[in-house]
Amino acid sequence: MSKITKITQGLDIPLQGGPQAKLVEAPKPNAYVIHPTDFHGITPKLKAKQGERVKAGSPLFFDKASPEVMFTSPVSGTVSAINRGEKRKLLEIVIEPDAQVEYESFTKGDPTSLSPEQVRQNIMLSGIWPSIRQRPYAVIANPNQSPKSIFVTAFDSSPLAPDYDFLIQGQEEAFKVGLAALRKLTTGKVHVGIHAEKTKSAAFTQAENVQVNRFSGPHPSGLAGIQIHHIDPINKGEVVWYLDALATATIGKLFMKGAYDATRVVAVTGSEVKEPRYVKGLYGTPIKNFIQGNLAEAKDYKPRIISGNALTGAKAMEANGIGYYHHQITVLPEGNHYEFFGWALPGFGKFSFSRTFFSWLSGNGKKYRLDTNFHGGHRAFVFSGQYEKVLPMDLMPVQLLKAVLIEDVELMEKLGIYEVAEEDMALCEYVCASKIEVQSILRKGLDMMKKEMS
Amino acid sequence: MKALRNLFDNLKPHVEKDGKFHYLHSTFDAFHTLFFVPNRVTKVGAHIRDYIDSKRSMALVVLAMMPALFFGIWNVGYHHYLATGVEATFMMMFLHGLIKVVPIIAASYTAGLAVEFTMAQIRGHEVNEGFLVSGMLVPLIVPVDVPLWMVFVATAFALLFGKEVFGGTGMNILNPALTARAFLFFAYPAQMSGDFIWISGLSAGEGIVDGFSGATCLAQAAAEGFTGTLHNGLGQAYTFWDMFLGVIPGSIGETSTLMIMIGAVVLLVTGIGNWKIMLSFVLGGLAMGLLLNGLAGYSDNAYMTLPAHYHLVLGGFAFGAVFMVTDPVSAAQTDKGKWIYGFLAGFFSIMIRVLNPAYPEGVMLSILLMNVFAPLIDHYVIQGHIKRRLARATASAK
Repeated sequence: MSKITKITQGLDIPLQGGPQAKLVEAPKPNAYVIHPTDFHGITPKLKAKQGERVKAGSPLFFDKASPEVMFTSPVSGTVSAINRGEKRKLLEIVIEPDAQVEYESFTKGDPTSLSPEQVRQNIMLSGIWPSIRQRPYAVIANPNQSPKSIFVTAFDSSPLAPDYDFLIQGQEEAFKVGLAALRKLTTGKVHVGIHAEKTKSAAFTQAENVQVNRFSGPHPSGLAGIQIHHIDPINKGEVVWYLDALATATIGKLFMKGAYDATRVVAVTGSEVKEPRYVKGLYGTPIKNFIQGNLAEAKDYKPRIISGNALTGAKAMEANGIGYYHHQITVLPEGNHYEFFGWALPGFGKFSFSRTFFSWLSGNGKKYRLDTNFHGGHRAFVFSGQYEKVLPMDLMPVQLLKAVLIEDVELMEKLGIYEVAEEDMALCEYVCASKIEVQSILRKGLDMMKKEMS
Repeated sequence: MKALRNLFDNLKPHVEKDGKFHYLHSTFDAFHTLFFVPNRVTKVGAHIRDYIDSKRSMALVVLAMMPALFFGIWNVGYHHYLATGVEATFMMMFLHGLIKVVPIIAASYTAGLAVEFTMAQIRGHEVNEGFLVSGMLVPLIVPVDVPLWMVFVATAFALLFGKEVFGGTGMNILNPALTARAFLFFAYPAQMSGDFIWISGLSAGEGIVDGFSGATCLAQAAAEGFTGTLHNGLGQAYTFWDMFLGVIPGSIGETSTLMIMIGAVVLLVTGIGNWKIMLSFVLGGLAMGLLLNGLAGYSDNAYMTLPAHYHLVLGGFAFGAVFMVTDPVSAAQTDKGKWIYGFLAGFFSIMIRVLNPAYPEGVMLSILLMNVFAPLIDHYVIQGHIKRRLARATASAK
């Protein structure tokens, strides 16, 4: 067995409402909703027109900059609406499904016997390619580059995250085939990142012909960025691709069945969910179908529904489809209330990473119902040393963010912006006493870099 | 509470963007957020945020100063009655101290809040809480007989020229409270040094016991060298524990190392104070103290024989270590930088204290000096980090 990479900096935010190992099926919706906005940095060009018939795997749109990568439909049916926002920004593609799903047919076969080019083409045409992302910039992988390695994350350490061991059940073979396909895409290694204690599934621990890396410690140990940093760090000019184990299984199914199977299991979590559990549905299924009848009764608050986890997910409406990259829905109480002298109270029930509230006396194990209140106001960078406690990287986070703020591209590069994505530094944003919007600042820097380098 | 909530709700439309009194929004926000944590929710990025904020952090620093403040108040009274030879109860001493100290605190906060609110108004920012801390630090590091107008002028000067001209909280290079202290020291040397200002009533000179001396321990050591003991105004010898507990004359809040240590515990447990800076500062001071002890034989400066551990409990060293050098804005920001910064600040404190006859105390000047050097230290630490990254990239390219 490989040695364990111990992640010491980080934090598991003790939220209420982690998923129980129970799986139900989401009721079939009468419309599926696809959001091109799930994909950062693309300029979507429509391929399907309103009223057109599509199959599962038929292209809906593509990125102007990378026209060979298709974004496809999860079901067969009719494109019933194309909704745009300001400046005609493409927001939603709505598909009314057929009673029975028809599949577009793709190349079927053992990926080890196919050429790298065939494997690449198959994944690009089927609509699964966008699930492979790249560092630097944390955007969809550029298929014309060759990555020095590919990282598959086989556990999720985010708040209330789904258990990948549970999600992979029944897809073990597909995962194996998916890994074989990924090996065709790089001349370097394929890495599978597992949790040293929590990951039990043999599909992960016994994965063959790949390097299995074991990690221990709190969030963000499960993030690709952290794993890459500790195993095969990115330097200037290098590219690493990453995806999660479930997308890998979807790739596997593509080669086993010759079809795009957009089924996914979503963990419905959070303190405002009556019964946190797993719900099965297709990508594009509206969130309301996942949470139907399972929300706790709203009394003093309105619920906030998040596609994804509490740190990096997207605020969503019930009618929105589940995000492309998400295996989780989190429902938290909205915190739009005033609190009298809130900052001065002892705070026994207020979880804080610092020990500035007495909640730290109640010890580990206590779970909290945290709301979305900002808990303060924006301030300048006043305190130092906070971010480093939750960022397990050899990186200077504050200096990096300041380099972004002054738009010094050269300095950003020197300080290692290639290695990070917003999610890696989401905890910094969470713990920040000055309430600095770390993730959006970092994204601004990444976009600036990408523009500069292209 | 309900009435207060209604009051704010009624006022709010007037200071919002289209309101008649929009220009007052900074002031309104300052009071509003003081009483109520706002109803603002997360819009971008993480949906949940830690309960900690700037107000909480700053309030805890002020709380950590309370033991030193209360001890200081008592100590003012104690020394007053010692000097006047009056038998006094604990309450009498404490009351005398209150009467002396509260106006100084009021003067400091009045000056500071006036500057803060004005600047926030001008800039249209929220009022920063940093001043809650500086406003309490200033009274603790001045002698008790300082004229109130001087406190007022010095605090206003320090905030304007030490902080606001650099862009406000978070942007300043020098520690504002120490800037105020340095301003007093250099602008009004007659009132800020000598043996009469440390004990309440001594400068007025009425009813003082014959032959009573108001010299601080540092002044004694500087004048006569260390001959085995330091003593109080009546000539009775202090033990090390007297000095540790703080029953000695000095600036209001700086004398009791014990009380300051209680504050340090609060800062360290809550994670607000930086232990690396505190520890390295003490190590730096000890190192210089020991070095001087070792070299004492080669010099005729008898001060050098003062045992190194005495330096830690005398003057403003302990206070500087816990509340001054740790100021996160003016200290080094990088981890390695913090060690270097703290150590040098402690090292120079004792060096200036002992070797420079012009200044009775070196802590203030040493910390201000290192404040100036902190960005340079950080610069080299960051350059080192960048070099390491480059080396990794080159190694990987081979």
